Amino acid sequence: MFLSASDIQSIFLTLRLAALVTAILYFLGIPMAWWLARSRSRWRGPINAVVALPLVLPPSVLGFYLLLTMGPHGPVGKLTEALGLGLLPFTFPGLVVASVFYSLPFMVQPVQNAFAAMGERPLEAAATLGASPLDAFFTVALPLARPGLLTAGIMTFAHTIGEFGVVLMIGGNLPGVSRVVSVQIYDHVEALEYAQAHRLAAVMLIFSFVVLMILQRWRPKNGQGGA
Amino acid sequence: MEEIAARFALTYPGFNLDVDLHLPGRGITALFGHSGSGKTTLLRLIAGLARTENGRLTFRGQVWQDEDTWLPTHRRPLGYVFQDANLLEHLSVAGNLQYGAKRSCGRQVNLDAAIELLGIGHLLERKPAQLSGGEGQRVAIARALSTAPSLLLMDEPLASLDLTRKQEILPYLERLHRELAIPVLYVSHAPDEVARLADHLVVMAEGRVVADGPLAETLARTDLPVRLGEEAGVVVEAVIVERDSSWQLLRLGFGAENILWCRDSGQLLGSRVRVRVLARDVAISLSRPQDSSVQNLLAGRIEAIANDEHPGLALIRVQVGKTPFLSRLTRRAVDTLALKVEREVWVQVKTVALLDQT
Repeated sequence: MFLSASDIQSIFLTLRLAALVTAILYFLGIPMAWWLARSRSRWRGPINAVVALPLVLPPSVLGFYLLLTMGPHGPVGKLTEALGLGLLPFTFPGLVVASVFYSLPFMVQPVQNAFAAMGERPLEAAATLGASPLDAFFTVALPLARPGLLTAGIMTFAHTIGEFGVVLMIGGNLPGVSRVVSVQIYDHVEALEYAQAHRLAAVMLIFSFVVLMILQRWRPKNGQGGA
Repeated sequence: MEEIAARFALTYPGFNLDVDLHLPGRGITALFGHSGSGKTTLLRLIAGLARTENGRLTFRGQVWQDEDTWLPTHRRPLGYVFQDANLLEHLSVAGNLQYGAKRSCGRQVNLDAAIELLGIGHLLERKPAQLSGGEGQRVAIARALSTAPSLLLMDEPLASLDLTRKQEILPYLERLHRELAIPVLYVSHAPDEVARLADHLVVMAEGRVVADGPLAETLARTDLPVRLGEEAGVVVEAVIVERDSSWQLLRLGFGAENILWCRDSGQLLGSRVRVRVLARDVAISLSRPQDSSVQNLLAGRIEAIANDEHPGLALIRVQVGKTPFLSRLTRRAVDTLALKVEREVWVQVKTVALLDQT
């Protein structure tokens, strides 16, 4: 067998995490991107900065704060316990929540750029044709932002697959719960199982290359359709 | 007749708009002015694409905006043609037309008529990116009609096109003018478009309305602060009464018994045409000239003598029957001929431009 059972398990866990995070971020990220691209509120600047924070923060710093917030003494931890959900750290849902924060900019920024690039004009045209703002959002803004939406989805998915620091801080290293591919590779190396680490690392390398190739193919269309 | 009443006050840094307009409910009304005069802003306020708290707008008695009412753009039964077509890039031409037709709020839509009127039947499958500028603008006009609007707003639909493309679209706009029953507000800074298309003229300058009235009357005013320069002139509605095949000329009748000759460009006998006579092409003499090359001679009476842009020039308004003409003369000529208001004179028209090309 090329990969061990625990390797396969970690791959499926990683894919499940990335798919869930991408789906959740489409729901959260698109309205946020819409607001950030169009609002004139004075909160726009600070919120833009907060969304971009995971790009520059060490994942361990982000993980640390999330751990505190979701822990038994943090506000979110108290809330989840009061609701009978237990504590989120070192569970799969906790990992999902942390990854949503960590990958937020990869969803929001491409979508926000796509919305900003199209400007008001197609929406004005839609309004003069009898489309309400909500109608125009679904029938004009989203279709025109399609290249940006696809880029955002691929980036979010790929980025979630590659995360490591946040997982260690929030999820630990529990098989089937939080032992994602990157952690599994780390484990192999720690145990001096270089051959297994090689195989899994090669899978990741090929995956990342393929994703970037797909993005390359989308780029030209992005420039054309987003304008 | 008065179906649109619009009053708006608006202040941007460095720009004030203050208008109070009553516009007719039929025909094409041109909002004319130089760039920065506020005509596009006014059109956007009427469409609801721009908003000012200080405004009141009623259309056929229905309030679109006042102190406590605001009808958003998508609820106003209007069509809007943007300066550059502004088609929805992700939809085909047919998709763009259907987008409006589907949202016409139950008004009876005749897409085929709009497609036929603008001659875009062969373009339906194309994407907007595959259209030329002229084609795109024709699609945009058809799309504006696709919601079966009660009011059509056009923001310089020809401004982004070169001369050839303009010539391609103007005949369609003239058809629109003849066949469309709804009122049209047409923003333009091109006097030739206004002369060709408009029935009613609103002249704007620095955010204010400086003249407002029927086209022929308003164009013939000599007191407008907005000067048309070389383009100053009048428009005359006439009927083709005779074709002189031997000289390739058409005889145009206007007013009670006045006539003008112009080049025959194939119009049908009996059709109504619009001709433009520029002030620089009109000369004045005190007696009937016997040996002039100018064939169009009309008897009239001087109504006004006004300053022209250049201090050496004057603009003379001469009434021929019920039709006003403008003549641009040098001050020296006015003085030499001792021209005065009320004086009977002969008007010599050197060039008569037939505006309808169809």
